[in-house]
Amino acid sequence: MTNTTSVPELLSYTLNVNGRDHQVSDAELGENLLFVLRERLGLRGSKNACEQGECGSCSVLVDGRLECSCTMLAAAATGRQIVTVEGLTPSGDGLSEVQEAFVAEGAVQCGFCTPGLIVSVSDLLDRLPLATELEIREAISGNLCRCTGYGRIIAAVQAAQHARSAREALR
Amino acid sequence: MTTVLTTGPGLRGGLGESVRRPDGGPKARGEFAFSSDLEAEDMLWAHLLRSPHPSAAISSLDLSPAFAVPGVAAVLAAGDVPGRQSFGLDYPDQPVFAGKVVRHVGEPIAAVAADHPITARRAAEAIAVTYEVTEPLTDPEAAMEAPPIHERGNVLFHQDIVHGDPGATGEVSVEGSYATAMQDQAFLGPESALAVPAGDGGVDLYLATQWLHVDRDQIAACLGLPLDLVRLHLSGVGGAFGAREDMSMQVQLCLLAMRTGRPVKIVFSREESFLGHVHRHPARMWYRHSADADGNLVKVEAKLILDGGAYLSSSPAVLQNAACFAAGPYRVPNAVVDATAVRTNNPPCGAMRGFGAVQVCFAYETQMDKLAAALRMDPVELRLRNALRTGDTMITGQVLSGAAPVAEVIRAVAAAPLPAEPGPSDAPEIALPGGAGRTAERDRVRRGIGFAVGFKNLMYSAGFDDFTTARCRLEEGRVTITSAAVEVGQGLVTLMQQIARHIFGVADVSLGEATTAGIGSAGSTSASRQTWMTGGAVEAACRAVAERLVSSVAQRLERPLASLRLDGGRVCSDDGAVDLSLVGAASGQVFEETAVYRHPPTEELDEKGQGNAHVSFAFGAHRAVVDVDLDLGLVRVVDVTTAQDVGRALNPLQLIGQIEGGTAQGVGLAVMEEIVLDRGTVRNPSFTDYIIPTALDSPPVTIAGLIEEPEPGAPHGAKGAGEPPAISSTAAVAAAIRDATGLELARVPIRPQDIALALAAFEEDRQ
Amino acid sequence: MPVFVPASLEEAFAVLEGAPGAQLLAGGTDFMVEVNAGQRRPATVVALGAVPELKGWRLDGDEVVLGAGLTYTEMISPELAELVPGLAQAARTVGSPQIRNAGTLGGNIATASPAGDTLPMLMALGATMTLGRSDGGRRAVGLDELVVGPKRTTLQPGEVLLEVRVRAGAGRQEFLKVGTRNAMVIAVASAAVVVDFERRSVRVALGSVGPVVIRAEEVEREAAKLIDWDARRLVGPLEGSGDFGELVRTAARPIDDHRSTAAYRRHAAGVCVTRAFRRAFSSEESTAP
Repeated sequence: MTNTTSVPELLSYTLNVNGRDHQVSDAELGENLLFVLRERLGLRGSKNACEQGECGSCSVLVDGRLECSCTMLAAAATGRQIVTVEGLTPSGDGLSEVQEAFVAEGAVQCGFCTPGLIVSVSDLLDRLPLATELEIREAISGNLCRCTGYGRIIAAVQAAQHARSAREALR
Repeated sequence: MTTVLTTGPGLRGGLGESVRRPDGGPKARGEFAFSSDLEAEDMLWAHLLRSPHPSAAISSLDLSPAFAVPGVAAVLAAGDVPGRQSFGLDYPDQPVFAGKVVRHVGEPIAAVAADHPITARRAAEAIAVTYEVTEPLTDPEAAMEAPPIHERGNVLFHQDIVHGDPGATGEVSVEGSYATAMQDQAFLGPESALAVPAGDGGVDLYLATQWLHVDRDQIAACLGLPLDLVRLHLSGVGGAFGAREDMSMQVQLCLLAMRTGRPVKIVFSREESFLGHVHRHPARMWYRHSADADGNLVKVEAKLILDGGAYLSSSPAVLQNAACFAAGPYRVPNAVVDATAVRTNNPPCGAMRGFGAVQVCFAYETQMDKLAAALRMDPVELRLRNALRTGDTMITGQVLSGAAPVAEVIRAVAAAPLPAEPGPSDAPEIALPGGAGRTAERDRVRRGIGFAVGFKNLMYSAGFDDFTTARCRLEEGRVTITSAAVEVGQGLVTLMQQIARHIFGVADVSLGEATTAGIGSAGSTSASRQTWMTGGAVEAACRAVAERLVSSVAQRLERPLASLRLDGGRVCSDDGAVDLSLVGAASGQVFEETAVYRHPPTEELDEKGQGNAHVSFAFGAHRAVVDVDLDLGLVRVVDVTTAQDVGRALNPLQLIGQIEGGTAQGVGLAVMEEIVLDRGTVRNPSFTDYIIPTALDSPPVTIAGLIEEPEPGAPHGAKGAGEPPAISSTAAVAAAIRDATGLELARVPIRPQDIALALAAFEEDRQ
Repeated sequence: MPVFVPASLEEAFAVLEGAPGAQLLAGGTDFMVEVNAGQRRPATVVALGAVPELKGWRLDGDEVVLGAGLTYTEMISPELAELVPGLAQAARTVGSPQIRNAGTLGGNIATASPAGDTLPMLMALGATMTLGRSDGGRRAVGLDELVVGPKRTTLQPGEVLLEVRVRAGAGRQEFLKVGTRNAMVIAVASAAVVVDFERRSVRVALGSVGPVVIRAEEVEREAAKLIDWDARRLVGPLEGSGDFGELVRTAARPIDDHRSTAAYRRHAAGVCVTRAFRRAFSSEESTAP
């Protein structure tokens, strides 16, 4: 079992987050990826709101797939490429196309669901840049928002689609 | 003497514009610090042990197993509270820790601080409690006569309204009994806070709340500390909707920090959040409406029972609202309302967006539809005929002095085009009732249209001394606004900047920290009050600074004050001789003014429910279009169209956000949202089972009208818009489902079985 | 409390030999909910996410072999949806995109929830599950042999669910799921119907209306009587007499809980089965999910 990664009693392991390896030491087994990201790695952009994979506030990309970090056992995420909202955010004060659209279109109110939505929508637009309104609604149906009723969020996704196609037309 | 103050031409970001919110960028980047994101050196984690029983005596409590868990720093219970043993918004009847009895599921019994959240939870679970379980009192009607479950009795509050001639009769009358379930605010950001013990024997608490100063007052009383030793600082608030008006763990957390001498953080799980905050009161409502043959309302009679749960919270004010608005936004010359809020062993209920107005709106609007049917009248026509206007008298005897564009909101919605009826096959399957479940059969889907109008008061009522404090500082041309008013997501931070820009004509407006340390109360972010109240205080503080600035220039240059004005970020004279930037005008001086704003006083209702209890009202109408699967009872809300009485749109984009969001919460109550109780136990305290609308459930909201009739006395004429959009969407969706099914549907949420089994039984009877 | 992340099936078995009671972890979407709530505190976890043998799917003759690690998202992919449309329909109703990316077929089966969304379709498809042990032993079982109660299976300690076999393109497949939300909702009732014109068989399974998935054999027999196999159409009405829905309602054994009532679940199951049959015989192609 040479290749089996075994994490012993004192959980110490490596997570690759946003392209960097992070050492996690002395962790409890039951810690989910969200907890480790937030409390051990200081990446608090992913939010905790339901612990059940129902709200999407903790959405991250794992090996390029959108998942809820709260239902992922952190120690079992070794060897995966994890991207959080911080990894989708430009350095400095800038905003990504999706982030800019969210702010400009009024899709941000309390903002607790926003980082998870930024991850979900970025993933959607990479997979399905021309998603219809219904496709957008289905794609974000795992991201609960209680403030907006989703109206401005849909508008923001559509604005991001326009910005993206305008950018690509220029290329 | 008045100084003319105007926004300069060309300035961006003033009033009336869809200005971007200042916290939008940080929130989208994931960098905005919510109260659950806080950390401190050497920090401990707290967990509360809660009662699993709705009603029990605690015969023994052994904390020692928790102390024995490695990593535990403190364990506290009743007896460890140095000051007042209980708290409460209206009256302190809610124990910090349950002592001899527990009165609802989730009531805190003990608190643990440990080095890891999992350790804290395990330690709390290790505490040995012996309960003598007693029969819970869960029926609100039975509660009125049942033996009291609290020394203050089971009737939390009673309000009668007797208006006009109680004996009046109409030619047509309709009657009905209605119910609304317990709704949860279900904000996304769970209750969380960080308490840091201070060297002066006090404590600093960083938290998400709706009203810093009232939390502070309650915490200080329980801790037995003077007010200045308890300092509350606002942290990022992940939504509120009323649920953060009551305290949930503030005292316990501060106690743990003071006991351990270390910072202590708490973050509720979603289950704890459901068990740890107040909900919307479930209501049982009986109504009789009488009208003359032309459809003029003659009398409304109502009996309302609100279940307040185990503790008082804000039940009296919620109940008074329900009573005051029981007849709807209509001219009703005669009314008899008998309203009671009761205590039970159900979870405590208190503030939620709409605050008593939502429940009665569902009932009175259903009655209006029934009445229209009895009169063979168009339901919109009936509403228009009776719509309140400025100058009308309400059932509390109060004369409506402000803007009351009830007919306007009704007409705007009624005139809006209906969404296209999809052909039999061109709607994608996922757009039909049942959505992803592929259940719909197109020829068994019926469309229905429903209409509802609602209203509610703005700001605090019934004699409450409602005030707000704000400070403006002008230094080197930069304006800083400081207030303890709480931003919960609605966009008050944007508005405060807009007001300051409007007055000073400068783009750069900073916001100071919201804290109890150093500034007075801003009142609660609730009751749709901050645009008016904090808006008013910010405006007053800014104007005071501006006037001092202009005066100082007048003095310095020895020019008549009346010849100078602040315009477009410059102090100018009419003759053009003076033209100074803010920096130049200030000439090195710093100007700072603190303003306290009060709305006109209100009075308490008398024993007949008469009095000028409210300052202002906002009205709104919704039209809902639904598709209903007649066999399965599944509902798709296709479209909601609304018009709202807003006074003036100070930030149209944020206003739309309030309207869409409020509408969606009403849709949720209409078709899915309910805290399911089984003899006092919450059966669905999770986002898996307390379901709120997803993006596939929230309909597109069409805004048919923002009625801008400026409200006299309101800063810039603007009415608050937090709650009004949440009042009538529930009733409109319910009406639309009735239209599609022909069923009575007197309770919300309307569950699939309420439709499907009723229609199946009807079908069976017919055969 | 160690966590193992084996990189091959062989390694997984090697770990299990030393710790046969270890908790197997697939997508985590059910298991971690219980861990997060403090309801589960496993001593040893073997995470199967990196085991290549459990991933993906392949054709084996006229059978589709679905790896236990196949995700719901993969079940919806057009290539697989064409071969097993019913499973794709069921997978699309599961949770959210996030859950569908993480959750797996094997996890859905082993969790053995009465509301497991793929289970009724697996039952209706007559799927067989292959279970493996570290000594190389393999056994194939039907769903009813594997899932025997709510959250109860006959998986033995040390045993791993490896793959699921179903017939490729097995007739018309219809899955309908009733929930009180248009997406991301736990089934209140569901129904799976497979009408296999080649084998001239009808299979009906009901979800969320009993402790396990219920195969409605009486319904199947009555339905078969209404089918003209040569013409591939129904010769009698599905309702009217009410018998057909009544048979479904009788087969169901639902309970009242916080999500719905037994009466509604019975009723809904009847409606769903009737609609599934009508669709199976409609001229339109069965819709991909």
